[in-house]
Amino acid sequence: MSVIIILLLVSISIAGGFLIAFFWSVNDGQYDDDTSPAQRILFDNKKINTNKK
Amino acid sequence: MIYDKNISHQKTTCFHCGDECTTNKKISIGEKYFCCNGCKTVYEILNENDLCEYYELNASPGIEQKNTIRKDKFEFLDNLEIKQKLIQFTDNKTTQVIFYLPQIHCSSCLWLLESINIVDKGIIKATVNFTKKELFITYNEADTSLRKVVETLTKIGYEPHLSLQDIDSKEANKTDRTRWYKIGVAGFCFANIMMVSIADYVSINNPVEYKIKIFFSLLCVVLSLPVLFYAANEFFIAAWNGIKNKYLNIDFPVALALVITFTRSIYELSTGTGNGYLDSMSGIVFFMLIGRWLQSRTYKSISFDRDYKSFFPIALNVINNGKITPTEISQVKKNDIIQVYSNDIIPVDAILSKGNAKIDYSFVSGESLPIHINKGELIYAGGKQLDGLLELIVLKEASQSYLTNLWNNATFTKKQKTKATIYDLIGKYFTYVVLAIGFGSGLFWYMLGEKTLMWNAITTVLIVACPCALLLSQNYTNGNILRIFGLNKFYLRAADVIDDISKINHIVLDKTGTITETKNATIKYTGNQLSEENKITIASLANQSSHPASKLIVDFLNISNLHHVDNYKETEGAGIEGWINEQHIKIGSKNYVGGEYFSTNNGTKVVVYIDGKILGEFIISNVYRIGISELIQGLKKRFKISLISGDNDSELKNIKNILGDNSEILFNQSPQQKLDYIKYLQNGLLQKVMMIGDGLNDAGALKQSEVGIAVADTKNSFTPSSDGVIDASVLPKLNVFIQLAQAGKNIIFLTFCISAIYNIIGLYFAVQGILSPVIAAILMPCSSISIILLTYGLTEMYARKLHLNK
Repeated sequence: MSVIIILLLVSISIAGGFLIAFFWSVNDGQYDDDTSPAQRILFDNKKINTNKK
Repeated sequence: MIYDKNISHQKTTCFHCGDECTTNKKISIGEKYFCCNGCKTVYEILNENDLCEYYELNASPGIEQKNTIRKDKFEFLDNLEIKQKLIQFTDNKTTQVIFYLPQIHCSSCLWLLESINIVDKGIIKATVNFTKKELFITYNEADTSLRKVVETLTKIGYEPHLSLQDIDSKEANKTDRTRWYKIGVAGFCFANIMMVSIADYVSINNPVEYKIKIFFSLLCVVLSLPVLFYAANEFFIAAWNGIKNKYLNIDFPVALALVITFTRSIYELSTGTGNGYLDSMSGIVFFMLIGRWLQSRTYKSISFDRDYKSFFPIALNVINNGKITPTEISQVKKNDIIQVYSNDIIPVDAILSKGNAKIDYSFVSGESLPIHINKGELIYAGGKQLDGLLELIVLKEASQSYLTNLWNNATFTKKQKTKATIYDLIGKYFTYVVLAIGFGSGLFWYMLGEKTLMWNAITTVLIVACPCALLLSQNYTNGNILRIFGLNKFYLRAADVIDDISKINHIVLDKTGTITETKNATIKYTGNQLSEENKITIASLANQSSHPASKLIVDFLNISNLHHVDNYKETEGAGIEGWINEQHIKIGSKNYVGGEYFSTNNGTKVVVYIDGKILGEFIISNVYRIGISELIQGLKKRFKISLISGDNDSELKNIKNILGDNSEILFNQSPQQKLDYIKYLQNGLLQKVMMIGDGLNDAGALKQSEVGIAVADTKNSFTPSSDGVIDASVLPKLNVFIQLAQAGKNIIFLTFCISAIYNIIGLYFAVQGILSPVIAAILMPCSSISIILLTYGLTEMYARKLHLNK
């Protein structure tokens, strides 16, 4: 049964990975503005824009 | 009531901004019509740069450009000192700057602004933050300059809002992301503790191995530490602040419950007597944090703390020995000579030395018609010049002007006290009751000699009776109400304002700009029929005068071939006269013309006299906002209403008709008098006051009242500091908004009662000392989730009932 300890550690580290990913996205400002990215995706890409973000 | 504006005959709308095209001359390019040359110019620029996708994304997405912007308006941006204060960062090659653009409203704006580097090649990158209505620009100093960037933005219709307030408080503009981190941590720990604990709960008949159990316990404790010490720290801080100020707020019992749950769990886990309540604890923290987040999602793009500074321009043109230098306002000294252009706000008290001053004080004093000022007379800060270039001699600096003095009033300088809300009050009694039950049952078991049961009872009572449910229902209800208000264009500063709104019993209204429209006045003619020849005569005479009433008459008659006027004479404040084609014509007040008024209508009246005969009169009156009368009828049934205005009493009769006889109506009130009136209502009559106003002249009253609501005509208009901003188009719904706020209070009470049932079930076990972690783990999510669903469902239901859902 002690394999469950390993399994649990694995599962928590995976979850921890997602937590870090979440922190990353927050830090990156993804949660600061929830309107513009949603609209930006609808624009056609014909604009001559060097923006990456 | 008069609604018609009597101005337009055609129904074409502007291709750029969607406004009605009202001018007689058609402004058009091909099939596309424009309301003004400004809009046409913007279209031309966009067309030239192949940016017409702007118009494909949304129909008529532009902002009307009727006010032309003079060429050297932004000359002050070349001044290094001013520039330094506005930009974020520069290394002399590239510069980063953030502009506040209140005009941003649709995806077209977003698209155009982010494509701005096509218009100005020097811009490297432009990113819009839609929520904050900000544009972040990086540009190349070699190819362009701050001034050019601002001018480019202005050229395409997005003039950045540059204000002194931004200069003084640039730092306060940082986004706070801690709440997100906290929610993440709490959610992560909660889910994992739950996962581990469930294994424990379901293995009652088949106990897990000792080694594994130790591991489980350790894991739970480790995971709960960040919840208690990081995610939940705001509850402890708030509770501690409450204790320091000698009162128990709602955070206190929550903090107490968290501490007790944690110590009790550690005790159980370390002695092996139980599984602890760490899953319930972290779950509660998680739900409460989400609730707080929902409640604090206010409107970042709306500034509720504007003072006079954000209305003033950043710089002025100072004339020194014939040389014109743009100077920052704080550097402008007494006796300096300054230049003021059309549509500029005058930021200092000054004396007019040159030019034709027509000053619009409507924002500062509430007067609805512009005032003509003669050379040598005083112009107060805050007035807006409407017509042509002025030269003024500064009398008082911006920081000491008449208008600024209002802000030195005690109402503005006193710090906002931490208000004890009703929930804090409940929290206080709640704490007492819970402590009493806990220690009561403890004492009971102590008498029976059951020591372990005594400790069990005391701790579990405190755990189970945590008023988290109350906090949850308050946060989720208010959060949803804020959202519904926001969808209906009514924006509140914070969630406590909902509570304040539900308590008011007296509403004070301002007149100009609040119940009337600022810009429009209606003009009507009554009396004998005017022949075409008469119309030309009247228009020709009125055209000689710059009095606002004359201007209105000229616009109203809409005559193009005017006659020559002989012996023209204007008597200040009375009327004008002259000779046209051998006819003597006078227009003005009844005393001036000599006669009686035709009608008993309200408003400013101008009598027309041609060749010894009085023909009739023009009646100029304010345009009341649509639906105001109905709104006031509705409000009158439930609240006391007063009207307080800085304007003269020419509209008294109209207002009396709307407000009825029981309401107090005051005219010619200064900003200070308005503030004092609110104070008198509060202290003398013990009323809870909601003030509704729009201008700087209401700022004191808005601040003093329990709830100050500012009316905004368009999204980009600037409102004085207030608790809430309401879009003028939804002002008639105010009554409904108040009803929803009151319903919110009932919903919180109801859900609180329901959560009390859960609490009683929990207490039933707790006082007997047999509340197991499993029962707590079932009750906690049940109570939290049912409360969240109920608050959401009930607020939505009420909103639907009140027709606030879209």
